[in-house]
Amino acid sequence: MPIQIIIEKCTGCSLCVKACPFDAIRVMDKKALIDLNKCNLCGACVPACKFKAVLLEKPQNAAAHSAEELKSYKGIWVFIEQKKGKVQPVAYELLGKAQELARSLHCQVSGVFIGHDLQDQLDELIWHGADTVYLVEAPELANFQDEPYTNVIVELIRKYKPEIFLCGATAIGRSLISRVAIQIKTGLTADCTALDIDPERKILLQTRPAFGGNIMATIISPNYRPQMATVRHKVMQPMQPDKHRKGKVIRESFDPALYGSRTKLLDIIEEVESLVNLAEADIIVSGGRGMGGPENFKLLEELAHVLGAAVGSSRAAVDAGWMPYSHQVGQTGRTVAPKVYIACGISGQIQHLVGMQSSKIIIAINKDPDAPIFKVATYGIVGDLFQIVPALTKKFKEVLRK
Amino acid sequence: MNIIVCIKQVPETTEVRINPETNTLIREGVKSIINPFDMYAIEEAVRLKEKFGGKVTVLTMGPPQAEAALREAISMGADDGVLVCDRAFAGSDTWATSYTLSGAIRKLGEFDLILCGKQASDGDTAQVGPGISAHLDIPQVTYVKKIEEVKEKSMRVERMLEEGYEVIETPLPAVLTVVKEINEPRIPSLKGMMRAKQAKIATLAQKDLGLDPQQLGLSGSPTQVVKIFTPPQRTGGEILKGEIPEIAERLAELLRSEIP
Repeated sequence: MPIQIIIEKCTGCSLCVKACPFDAIRVMDKKALIDLNKCNLCGACVPACKFKAVLLEKPQNAAAHSAEELKSYKGIWVFIEQKKGKVQPVAYELLGKAQELARSLHCQVSGVFIGHDLQDQLDELIWHGADTVYLVEAPELANFQDEPYTNVIVELIRKYKPEIFLCGATAIGRSLISRVAIQIKTGLTADCTALDIDPERKILLQTRPAFGGNIMATIISPNYRPQMATVRHKVMQPMQPDKHRKGKVIRESFDPALYGSRTKLLDIIEEVESLVNLAEADIIVSGGRGMGGPENFKLLEELAHVLGAAVGSSRAAVDAGWMPYSHQVGQTGRTVAPKVYIACGISGQIQHLVGMQSSKIIIAINKDPDAPIFKVATYGIVGDLFQIVPALTKKFKEVLRK
Repeated sequence: MNIIVCIKQVPETTEVRINPETNTLIREGVKSIINPFDMYAIEEAVRLKEKFGGKVTVLTMGPPQAEAALREAISMGADDGVLVCDRAFAGSDTWATSYTLSGAIRKLGEFDLILCGKQASDGDTAQVGPGISAHLDIPQVTYVKKIEEVKEKSMRVERMLEEGYEVIETPLPAVLTVVKEINEPRIPSLKGMMRAKQAKIATLAQKDLGLDPQQLGLSGSPTQVVKIFTPPQRTGGEILKGEIPEIAERLAELLRSEIP
C-alpha cells in the first residue's frame, strides 16, 4: 500500500485524524489506523504528523522529469490575456507577482502575448514587469479560441522550457490552461490565492481554497515542469509601471495548421447592462432577497454608479428573476474578492459567503440584527436599506465631488 | 444522440463547517450529493434525449458509495450508470482523473456529446472537463449557458464569459461544460426513482480500461498536497450605530481610502 503508519513512531496523538479531509483515519489502541476504503491518498496527514509516522510513497513515474531535466527549465511565464486586443488587468497583476517570485529564483519574467495587431501594448507589458514578451500574431489568433491558443502555448513551452507558468483564473484562462497542462503532462493548480517559492527546494508553493473556501491547501508539482497555476483576479498586486524598464520582444510564428480551430467563434456578445465587470470590480454593491423586487435594484445601481462599482446579487434574487444570473455571487455563481463588498438585504447563507468572504472590507446592511452576514462584515448597519442606501449614495456623491 | 455525462459525488459543501475550537473540519452528518453543477449537465442531457432520441449514460469515478450518485442521475432520466472504481485510481489529481475518465469513455464506445458541470464544488478546479477533451483530442466549449441549435454533426452554443457571451459552433463529438443558467434540473419522478432502484450499475476497474498504470492514481498525478489548513475565520466587526446621516458620514470616512 502506498500509505502506511509507522507503528513505532505513532504516538496516537490524533493530529492526522484532524487533518484528514476524508474522515479516513481513526485512533485505536493509541495507534492511528487508515481506512483504505475512505483514504484518497491526498497526503494531508503526512505534514500534519509531528512524528513522521505517516509514510506516503509516491511511486516513481517514468514520465516525470529527471533532476537534470528539471534544471533545464528556467524563468517565469505569464499568459497575457487580451480581449479585442486589450490586455486584461489580471495579466498585470500576475506580472507583478511573477517579478516578486523571480527575485527568489534569480530568473527572468516573460509574457506570452497571443492575438493580432498587439503592437501598441508591448511597452506597457515591459513597464509592468515583463523582461521578455513572446509575441505570436496572426489574424486567426485575434480572438481567443481553445485549440489554436493551446497549440501555440504548447509549442512555446516545448521550445523555451519555462519553469513556472501563470495564468489568470478567468473563464478563458481556466479553459485554456487545463488543456495545455494535459498535453504537456504537468501539474496544474487552479484558482490560487497565494504563491511562494520554497526557500530550500526552490519550487512553487501554490495555495488555494477548497471546499468552498472552508479549507486551504498548499500544492506542489515537484517532478514536472512547468509548474502551472491559475490565479484569482484581484489577489496579486501589479507593479507600479516603470517607463524606464527595458525588455525584449521575441516574435514567433508557427505553421498555420497550428492556428486551426475545430470550434468556430461566430459572435461575441457584450452585455452592457452593467458597466463594470464583477470579476474585475474594486467595489461591488450587491442585493439579496431583502431588496423586495427587481425595481428596487435601481437604488443599488445608483450607489454603484457613484462609487464606480459593479452590481452583484445573491442567488435568492437571481432565482426570483430580479437579476440575471451573470450577476450572481456565491457558490453557484461567481467568486469575487473586491476591496469593498456592500451587501444589501443579503442574509448571508454559507453559499453566498463562500463567494465573497475574501473581500477586503465587507459592509452589511440588513434589518435583521441576527443575520449571519454580520458575522463576516467588517462594518454592519442594522436598519432599513431603503433609507440607508439612498443616504449613502447622497453622502458619497458629496464626498467624491470634493 | 448518445450522450455521456461525467459527474462527481461531493460532500454537501454547505455542511462542511469548521470547529472553531480545534480549527478542524466537522464532518459528522455531512451528506454526499451530486456536485450541484453536474445536475445541470444531467438535466441538459435528458432534455436533449427527450428531443432528439438516443441514450444518456452517466459516468463517475469514485469509491463504491459513489454508486448512489449514479442512481440519482438515473432517477432524473439518465439511462445507464457506469462507476469507474479501483484502488489504483486513488490519489488521482485532475491530470490522472481526466486520463482515467477518458479511458473509460473510450470503452463505452460511440458517443456524440460529453457533458460535464463547469466545476466540482469541493475542488473547484474546472480542469477535468477540458482535461477529458484534451485526452480524447476532441473540441471543448466551457461555461455553456445555452444550446441554441443542434444539427446532425454539430451544435451551436453560447459560452458565458465575464462580460457577456460568445456564440460558438462546434462539431460533434465534443465536450461541453455547463453553468447553472442553462436549465433548471427536474425533481425525479416516482417512476424514475423506481427505475433507479432497480438499475444495474456497471463497474469499470483498472484491468478493464487498458490504460498505462504509470499514469493512474498517485503515480500519474503531477501535483501533491503538502499542507491543508483552515483559513483565519472572519469575525464580525463593528456595528455602526446612530442616525442614518451620521452612519453615512462615518462610512464615507472609513471607505475614503478605498475609493478611487
